Amino acid sequence: MEVVLAIVVGGLFAAGLYMMMRRSIVKLIIGLVLLSHAVNLLIFTSGGLTRAEPPLLPEGAEEIVMFVADPLPQALILTAIVISFAVLAFALVLFHRVYQSVGTDDLDRIKPAEESVTHL
Amino acid sequence: MQKLLLVLPIIIPLGTSAILILTWRACRVQRWLSLLGSTALMVVAGLLLATVWRDGIQATQVGNWPAPYGITLVADLFSATMVVLTALMGFAVMIYSLSGLGIDPARESFGYYPLLNILLMGVSGAFLTGDIFNMYVWFEVMLISSFVLLALGGERAQLEGALKYVTINLVSSAVFLTAVGVLYGVVGTLNMADLAIKLHNTAEPGLVTTLAMLFLITFGIKAAIFPLFFWLPESYHTPPVAVSAIFAGLLTKVGVYALIRVFTLLFTQNVGYTHTLILVLSGFTMVVGVLGAAAQYEFRKILSFHIVSQIGYMIMGLGLFTPLAIAGSVFYIVHHIIVKTNLFLISGAVERLRGTYELKELGGLYRAYPGLSILFLIPALSLAGIPPLSGFWAKYTLVRAGLEIEQYVIVAAALLVGLLTLFSMTKIWNEAFWKPLPDTSEKLVAGAAANQNMGRMRVLVLPIIILTLLTILIGLVAEPVLLLAMAASEQLLQPSEYIEAVMGA
Repeated sequence: MEVVLAIVVGGLFAAGLYMMMRRSIVKLIIGLVLLSHAVNLLIFTSGGLTRAEPPLLPEGAEEIVMFVADPLPQALILTAIVISFAVLAFALVLFHRVYQSVGTDDLDRIKPAEESVTHL
Repeated sequence: MQKLLLVLPIIIPLGTSAILILTWRACRVQRWLSLLGSTALMVVAGLLLATVWRDGIQATQVGNWPAPYGITLVADLFSATMVVLTALMGFAVMIYSLSGLGIDPARESFGYYPLLNILLMGVSGAFLTGDIFNMYVWFEVMLISSFVLLALGGERAQLEGALKYVTINLVSSAVFLTAVGVLYGVVGTLNMADLAIKLHNTAEPGLVTTLAMLFLITFGIKAAIFPLFFWLPESYHTPPVAVSAIFAGLLTKVGVYALIRVFTLLFTQNVGYTHTLILVLSGFTMVVGVLGAAAQYEFRKILSFHIVSQIGYMIMGLGLFTPLAIAGSVFYIVHHIIVKTNLFLISGAVERLRGTYELKELGGLYRAYPGLSILFLIPALSLAGIPPLSGFWAKYTLVRAGLEIEQYVIVAAALLVGLLTLFSMTKIWNEAFWKPLPDTSEKLVAGAAANQNMGRMRVLVLPIIILTLLTILIGLVAEPVLLLAMAASEQLLQPSEYIEAVMGA
């Protein structure tokens, strides 16, 4: 299972970075989304995969004696998802405003303002 | 009480911004409340530094979850000093905005002050946390508020700058999170003190060095070191000057702080490799930054490239990795934050008087405003490292540390870059202050005449005077600051006290 997830994570990283290097502003944001998914899955995988071993104390027990899943990676991922959701939503709006103000979605044509003025 | 001091630098800006949101439309109220908030922050930060100086490293467990399971807030001398500087810069920028000239009314009424306070909270949080994942969260708090501050106003140049800034920072956050995730997979803890213990006895030195490189990349992007600095000169000159001043002073330094923290506390297993790499990068950062500045003719762009070049000096101390060198880095950060923020504030005052940042269109400022010109000259010379100003002592400490362990190449680079910095500052002086005003700029000056209200200008210049006096003061009485830097460096290089404070608290 780890191997499969490792391949998925690698694929997501590659796809995300590839999309970021395309010229379209929309592909840039898709790339960022893929990148954040890749990282979340990576934390999930590197935290160790276990099946059906919830970290809960059975009734009456004082401490955990058997092997249980580590709940922390999931807490980290949850935090990371919330943060990346907020940041990406902001980025989406920002990129839309850039598109409106520059009038193109081609990143190569978005030049520093002072240069583009002289070329017009 | 002492535990409270660790939490207050985070609570005060948060509370201030919460109150500010309630008074959304009342700019005048917001100005004064922000000033009150940043004054309180400064007092608390000062008390925190005094406590750490007197009683050693302070730590508290948030929610009483014992370390290493809960989140720890910890202040050693280095982080307490950084919090003091954060508060000071917040205070200076708040006064600057008080004049009504530092920021335009439209931006002011769209959440400028609440955002500025959130930014201060994020920066203080990043300095005080003892947990590596929590540091990621504070970075994000700081980033999201800086994104909005950068784009606020929505001018075309700003949006283009924000596009680059947001993209590169999101990539850097992804790398940060990757590094934290793998680190947790390898070591099984996120508390930095606990990490320090466990990484020291690690069975996988190769993997740990790889992780160290991931952290170098992510914090390197935030700190704008070579070759990851290109976003900085593309974005820092676009927002209003009050915003770029606080960015220039604080944001990259959070990256430098994080680098120094992880490379003194966590990744010291393979110093020969990691710290030599940092040293080489620092040399390139210095040289490339200063050469970039030489080609520029826009006031704030020159200053932005100089941030990059100065980051090189701060990293140089870390790369040399001796007690004196780390002390030099700490001293340099103290000096740099004060001087750089000041120079940006001055560039803003110049723009208010003349209506432009372009050096070619500026001129005659010395004749018209000799006082402001002297106020520019002092931090500019300090940046270049002219004695007896603060920059001289910072550079002197670093150069001496380099000579002591016979790293002559980096010392030569540091001295050369100092000379080139002087050249850059002379260029600004000649173009903006000394040469007569070009005839073509009459219209610009006339357009800016509305700003030349003496009462408001006085308020605008007040923080500049305060920061300039601080630069002179640090220059004339360098010994206490150097003692502080030496003590901070001792704590950084002997993590046992830090670990004890966190794990025992």
